[in-house]
Amino acid sequence: MSPSSTGGFLDRVLGRVKLGGWLALAAPVLAILFAAAITAIVLLITGNEPFATFGLMVEYGFRPRTLALTLNFATTYYLAALAVAIGFRMNLFNIGVDGQYRLAALIAAAVGGALVLPGPLQIAVVILVAVVVGGLWAGIVGLLKVTRGVSEVISSIMLNAVATGVGAWLLTPELLAVPVAGSNNIGTKPIPEAAHFPGIALVPGTQTKVFGFIVIAALMGIAYHVLLNRTVFGFNLRATGRSESAAVASGVNVKKMVLVTMLLSGAVAGLIGMPQLLGASYSYSLDFPTGLGFTGIAIALLGRNHPVGIAVGALLWSFLDNSANILDLEGIPTEIVIIMQGTIVLSVIVAYELVHRYRIGAEQRRVGRELAQNTAKPEGAAV
Amino acid sequence: MLRNRVGRLTATVLAGAMVTLGVAACGGDNSSAKPAEGGSEKPAESTGAKVGLAYDIGGRGDQSFNDSAAAGLDKAKAELKLPEAKEMTASPGETEAKKEERLRLLADQGFNPILAVGFAYSGSVKKVAAEFPDVKFAIIDDAAATGPNISNLVFAEHEGSFLVGVAAALKSKKKNIGFVGGVQVPLIEKFEAGFTAGAKAVNKDIKVQSKYLTQPPEFSGFNDPAKGKTVAEGMIDAGADVVYHAAGGSGGGVFEAAKAGDAQAIGVDADQALTADAGVKDVIMTSMLKKLDVAVFDFLKSYAGGTVKAGETVYDLKVSGVDYSVTGGKVDDIKDKLEEYKKKIISGEIKVPSTNP
Repeated sequence: MSPSSTGGFLDRVLGRVKLGGWLALAAPVLAILFAAAITAIVLLITGNEPFATFGLMVEYGFRPRTLALTLNFATTYYLAALAVAIGFRMNLFNIGVDGQYRLAALIAAAVGGALVLPGPLQIAVVILVAVVVGGLWAGIVGLLKVTRGVSEVISSIMLNAVATGVGAWLLTPELLAVPVAGSNNIGTKPIPEAAHFPGIALVPGTQTKVFGFIVIAALMGIAYHVLLNRTVFGFNLRATGRSESAAVASGVNVKKMVLVTMLLSGAVAGLIGMPQLLGASYSYSLDFPTGLGFTGIAIALLGRNHPVGIAVGALLWSFLDNSANILDLEGIPTEIVIIMQGTIVLSVIVAYELVHRYRIGAEQRRVGRELAQNTAKPEGAAV
Repeated sequence: MLRNRVGRLTATVLAGAMVTLGVAACGGDNSSAKPAEGGSEKPAESTGAKVGLAYDIGGRGDQSFNDSAAAGLDKAKAELKLPEAKEMTASPGETEAKKEERLRLLADQGFNPILAVGFAYSGSVKKVAAEFPDVKFAIIDDAAATGPNISNLVFAEHEGSFLVGVAAALKSKKKNIGFVGGVQVPLIEKFEAGFTAGAKAVNKDIKVQSKYLTQPPEFSGFNDPAKGKTVAEGMIDAGADVVYHAAGGSGGGVFEAAKAGDAQAIGVDADQALTADAGVKDVIMTSMLKKLDVAVFDFLKSYAGGTVKAGETVYDLKVSGVDYSVTGGKVDDIKDKLEEYKKKIISGEIKVPSTNP
């Protein structure tokens, strides 16, 4: 039903087909309303008052402390979604972002704990190590794909498991970890205070600082936009994503593109753990957050791989995540949040598809009408 | 035509929604199965303590670690007539910021005392306790977070594990026993170290097979019965006839494997010959009791009596904080020997290692 000129379903899901004007906004708004409606039904069935619950979430969400926390979570989510989005734009499904950021954070934390350099320099070294480790780990996936044709979905998901194993092996007292007296936790040596990434008191009315890394995340978003839309590399990347054969025909070295894109995606993945490592925990221990790579996939889909869309998606996701605590306190099952997040992703995809089909239908009817009017006229009066 | 497609999509979405609802309904059932949170009947008689309790991943209903703490709270609720208790639960993979916020919310709402269940709360308890100096905090399994208003409730898991190690060695006919750990973290390695030491104390040539279900940060090993079963089956195939697990919810699989393989199993934390599924209770010869319920109850009681002690309280063999269970009578014949070892540990004659050599 979809003409080839508008790409396949996948192209639309991944935001490679642009929707113009109000439709681009209508779809996500409708999707969120739809998700809210589903959640309301769930709440009713489980015996909770939907409007009171939403009211509670919004009230809690706009407390200064929560706002700061929301921005902090969103910073991490944004980086995770960007890492995923780079691959998505080229039809590369980097499911291994999770393993890439965990391994990168662990090794970067160990290096940061071992070194004593002037503060800013040490921060730079830690970030560099994370980027390199993340990139190299993702590079394995790229290499396997270009040399052996291994699907990146399979290899990256397996490398997640390998990263878990390697991480567990490294995080032992014999290698990178130091035990803490009296604690059952175990982590890398804490990064010295001089190399902590300073927070910003962005939200008035709370002592909780926002990760300074939010600036870097924003810069990464701009860099992502410029790279994709203003450079030859970005053009080649998008072209390869849309049609590999066409890209080959126009002289793009697809193998090189695959490898470089995976390296880039992994390098950004390496940054995911940095806000937490350099801004909050200063050490990689057993309770370092996990699963951010998979959250990133959902948010990249939600934001249709657009730098602004992802930012909105990350904020929404982190707002919902944060509201779980207040729901728990009020005795409302926190699973509501997960249901809502899942429904939003699904309904965004469905809404875009509906809007897209509506547009094609309208276009076809318009062309049909004009053709009918113009049958009497000579050729060449096409639309 | 467009309408048809919209109709089809709507149907699909609705079908999806139904599935979602089904899942949610289950979630709702779980939560409604929880005992009612909220005020007791006669607040006038209460001690006035509004207890806040923050669980680790799994929360109430995990049939293991968290449930033991919940049992202590329930007992305190009944006996101390607590007016209100609020229970909150961690979600998998969350950041420390979220744990902090959980504790802070409880403190903000006037809950006092606040109990944090699990070592993962260490950093957050330390931070939040400093912000609320008038609120009493307790943390289980951690002695690193210290402060004037923090009570650290820790256990000598290795001592209890030593005793069940002795029992395993005495009961093993093939001189081959197994240890299944949930996740390879220092806490669970303590169980392994004690168990191995106990077995070797009886028979230094005994073969002890050891395996962990997952490695951190993958914590699913505490809640994966299928994996527990596979690993235990492997040990039994390799000749083990007694298997000890310290794997939380995965233990059910270990019991099943023991039952199928004609072996015996040793439970953990709770007296699992009472709490495990009816079909496998008879393979459980004993359990290493880690009395979280006692620790939680004691803490709440001391709060009610105004005698909360900050700092470390060790629940070891001496105070029966850890012990072995005798339900089912399967260790009655070796009870004298077990008691002998117990005395030696309490007197200090035997020093149980808490880490593997």
